[in-house]
Amino acid sequence: MYRKSLSYPYLIWAAAFIIIPLLFIAYYGLTDKSGAFTLANLAAIATAEHSKALFLSLGLSFLSTAICLLLAYPLALILSNSRFGRSGFIIFLFILPMWMNFLLRTLAWVVLLDTNGVLDSLFQMLGLPRFKIINTPAAIVFGMVYDFLPFMILPIYNVISKIDVNVINAARDLGANSFQTLYKVIFPLSLPGIISGITMVFIPSLTTFVISTLLGGGKILLIGNVIEQEFMKGTSWHVGSGLSLVLMLFIILSMILSSKYDHGEGNVL
Amino acid sequence: MIRKTISRIYLVLIVLFLYAPIGTLMVLSFNDSRTSVKWGGFSLKWYQRLLENETILAALGNTLLIAVLSAVIATLLGTSAAIAIHHMKKRSQSICMSIVNIPMLNAEIVTGIAFMLLFITMGNLLSIVGIHFEMGFGTVLIGHITFNLPYVVLSVMPRLKQLNLSMYEAALDLGAGEGQAFFRIVLPDIMPGVLSGFLLSFTMSLDDFVITHFVKGLGADTLSTLIYSELRKGIKPEMYALSTIMFLAVFVVLVFINLRPQEMSMTDRRR
Repeated sequence: MYRKSLSYPYLIWAAAFIIIPLLFIAYYGLTDKSGAFTLANLAAIATAEHSKALFLSLGLSFLSTAICLLLAYPLALILSNSRFGRSGFIIFLFILPMWMNFLLRTLAWVVLLDTNGVLDSLFQMLGLPRFKIINTPAAIVFGMVYDFLPFMILPIYNVISKIDVNVINAARDLGANSFQTLYKVIFPLSLPGIISGITMVFIPSLTTFVISTLLGGGKILLIGNVIEQEFMKGTSWHVGSGLSLVLMLFIILSMILSSKYDHGEGNVL
Repeated sequence: MIRKTISRIYLVLIVLFLYAPIGTLMVLSFNDSRTSVKWGGFSLKWYQRLLENETILAALGNTLLIAVLSAVIATLLGTSAAIAIHHMKKRSQSICMSIVNIPMLNAEIVTGIAFMLLFITMGNLLSIVGIHFEMGFGTVLIGHITFNLPYVVLSVMPRLKQLNLSMYEAALDLGAGEGQAFFRIVLPDIMPGVLSGFLLSFTMSLDDFVITHFVKGLGADTLSTLIYSELRKGIKPEMYALSTIMFLAVFVVLVFINLRPQEMSMTDRRR
């Protein structure tokens, strides 16, 4: 059991399929077609089209992360107080939808959100204003919140359900009301879960190209769409890699932020 | 009391939000009309056509085979890595864990592109030596194993931390070989972690689109990539039928697994 050699297969695998592929992105991102060093691919982010896509991505993913947090925090509080919380029910509830294909699940929102679709008809019946959000950035935010909400709920729930009840009881004994207990005791203690939830929603939202393709009607380009097209439509791998390097800067930033607060408690598993 | 009611309503609303599209797909799978907008009456015809649709069935076969193989290989590699990492010194442990985390924390699109660049370069290099290599089933499998690994390592790790090492040492003292002690003492203890790592891997592999999209090359369509390529023409309702069957099958299995822990705790008490 103590044998170091047990780790060798994994380390070889990790070197070949985790480290080396990332070096390829760095190589392509920092060279031009002739193989000479250049920063032009990184600078490509500054063109009007690319920077517009980046800022739109940043805006939409900030918004969807904020909505996820607002929806998930009360839910995590409710779940950790309920008897469901004790069983494997929660994991069950949030893992199960993943067995319905991700693309189909997201596409089903087209049927629900479409003009004259299910929700629109419901709104008309109730005499509410028309519900027209399909093919708009709002629909993309909707899809992001739907797809990534579980990644916000699980880490926050994990941290809150592990808070020592005695700490909360002590706060109540010392005269704190329930709002003060929440604000001064539970909230600070749940910070690692919040940070880990934020990274787990923000990064996939920032980099998605699927949700914008499905719910944005193909006209709204996020930075993920731009990169995907550079590769799959064969425009330029070098520019695509350069843009990916820029994107990785944001990923690394949020990783550093999360490792500062997260000491393992916020982990999903 | 009011607070409890509000909590209940909130919980129900979120569950509705999560399951509304799934319900929609199930309803559509029984819809007689081809368009997803109109209800044309109840029908099982998409389920019948599914059995005749060879493209979808081939993609289903690929998807399941890749999910099983990648989950098994990732579980073997990941569990042995977790054991080795658990016994490393603090410094090398934290270096290894940050490598483990990369595929999980990195954006899927970046991982996918990185794989694509690697495999295409590999193909170019190998063709110089005269070996033919292109992206397909094998590269999809490699991709899936790689993004499954962190889930296995991270589910096995906590179990190893709870492990009582004296039991293992006692087994060795009592004359068990290292292998025997591992399989009879350590493995049963970490088994729940290994299993949940396997199940998570299987689920992740089944649900993946982005990485498969970049490494599948010309062949080896999975269900996800098939759906994506059908986007323009419109999704075939057979696909709704298939995903309804898959969802219900897993629902039954998960309900069954979820009922079991109570039995287990009862037998524990009896012991």
